Amino acid sequence: MNIAMLLEMAAEGDPERIVLGSHDGGITAAELLERSRRAALYFEQSGAKAVGYFGLNSDVLPVTLFGAALAGVPFAPINYRAPDEQLAGILGRVADGLMIADDDEVERLGACGAQHIVTKGELAAAIAEPRSGEHPFVDPEEIGVLLFTSGTTSEPKAAVLRHRHLVSYIISSVEFLGCEPSEAQLICVPPYHIAGIAAVLSSLYAGRRIMYLPAFEAGAWVRLAAEERITHAMVVPTMLGRILSAIEDAGVELPALRHLSYGGGRMPLELVERTLRDMPGVDLVNAYGLTETSSTIAMLTPHDHREAFASDDPAVRARLGSVGRPLPSLEVEVRGTDEAALPAGEKGEIWVRGEQVAGEYVGRTVLTEEGWFRTRDAGWFDSDGFLYIEGRLDDVIVRGAENISPGEIEEVLMAHGAVAEAAVIGIPDAEWGEAVAAVVVLHPGTAATEGELQDWVRTRLRSTKMPCVVEFRDELPYSPTGKLLRRVLRDELAEGVSEAS
Amino acid sequence: MQLKAGARLRSATDTCEVVVVRAPAEPVDLRCGGHPLVPMDADVTPQSPEAGFDQGTQLGKRYSDEELGIELLCTKAGEGSLSVGDTILVVKGAKPLPASD
Repeated sequence: MNIAMLLEMAAEGDPERIVLGSHDGGITAAELLERSRRAALYFEQSGAKAVGYFGLNSDVLPVTLFGAALAGVPFAPINYRAPDEQLAGILGRVADGLMIADDDEVERLGACGAQHIVTKGELAAAIAEPRSGEHPFVDPEEIGVLLFTSGTTSEPKAAVLRHRHLVSYIISSVEFLGCEPSEAQLICVPPYHIAGIAAVLSSLYAGRRIMYLPAFEAGAWVRLAAEERITHAMVVPTMLGRILSAIEDAGVELPALRHLSYGGGRMPLELVERTLRDMPGVDLVNAYGLTETSSTIAMLTPHDHREAFASDDPAVRARLGSVGRPLPSLEVEVRGTDEAALPAGEKGEIWVRGEQVAGEYVGRTVLTEEGWFRTRDAGWFDSDGFLYIEGRLDDVIVRGAENISPGEIEEVLMAHGAVAEAAVIGIPDAEWGEAVAAVVVLHPGTAATEGELQDWVRTRLRSTKMPCVVEFRDELPYSPTGKLLRRVLRDELAEGVSEAS
Repeated sequence: MQLKAGARLRSATDTCEVVVVRAPAEPVDLRCGGHPLVPMDADVTPQSPEAGFDQGTQLGKRYSDEELGIELLCTKAGEGSLSVGDTILVVKGAKPLPASD
């Protein structure tokens, strides 16, 4: 049992189905399997102990992923946006690996210490003809994928996903060849992110054609979606608003589009509502998951979205801001600081257990003896089992003896008519240890003052949660996967504080 | 036989292949078409399934018995039914989830 088995099954079940590339001239399941087998033999014969991938999304990615799996070596997609120093650190950890790279990255990779670089073109040439050889037996315990998590500190962690975790996730959540041959998924999440890996495995197992957009740009996304009759896509919050605007600007319709899933960061409520209004025929799924859990562990389904959107009951309506219910194959609990499970309505840390949960970094597992993974995310369940995420526990602001969750204040700020985006962070404070600070982006053509927003928060929450400072910006810093980069804001604002003092 | 999660087995008499998703702690008498399953590289003697064990297996379906704590994924379809002794394993009827990746 390894992830290549999923491809073998697809090739067995419907060998002629186009699974990768354009509806006109794309690659069939049988062809993808053949290319992956040749790539595996090439990797084996090169003696690589791991196969890296450094560059933009392309049809080479699935071939490399499955080729590594068939060869029994870890696949390690690497963030091509990482600064040189960090990149050198990452490359040092896969030093005996072979790097599949874009042409224009070869020089930089070499300078950062990569020993064995093969361009995508060179790989294509190497697998153009059949190769002879045997594939080894790959134990499900072996490492399938290594992902270097961005981390909030300097040294990135290498998260380990074993074959059994990824396979468990796919076979428990995806119906084998469950979709029509006309379905096609547009992938524009980065290849070095768990969402990029899970998208390949899920789509292939479902029988859904994969179409890559190498770099996200809203206009290009809309054009490709129209040309390729895209039915499914995954987007992060920063992409969705731009896509909706691009559709409006171009005056196009996407009649084939019927399913959008989103995740990776907090989606502004008004954007979810706008999508439900503008695209009533499109199913929305909000997915919550982590690298360490092989992707999704909870989801708000299309039915949940429509029910909440149509409801006058505030508790039901509020579910649009939740991540839905845990997958049936998993256990999810919210626990207090004493590690005991908390009842509905109480906030704590989210713990998860299940066969897809890896909870491991190179050299150490972080699962408890009973198999639980602590997500370090704060959240709570409502009485109907819907899970609400408050943000990272590390982002909790400790003001005096009070723990303040930034998510709650951000939601209140975003409920103000003029505020488009909001970030709340803790900044050093001589008196309280930490103080609450807010950075906001206003909607174009609107205005709000610092005092007005401070009053807005104070009257809706309480004075200790009122930001002592509100900064106005044109945009907030986000990671490519839509995560708000609070660390960047904290550093910038902390610098401002020390300069001022 | 003692099963191990991740192990791949095949029918001794038809084309069915499975991978063990969940293995019971105790050894079990796992069969397909009424005949014990064999390792992937074992010789196969084509034979019709025994009466009552001929409902076939479907590629991509999971076959399980909750009580026995066993779950198999069919990676290649065949004519026989999967069973533990005389107990036929049933298709796990999980409701498909919407796509999330």
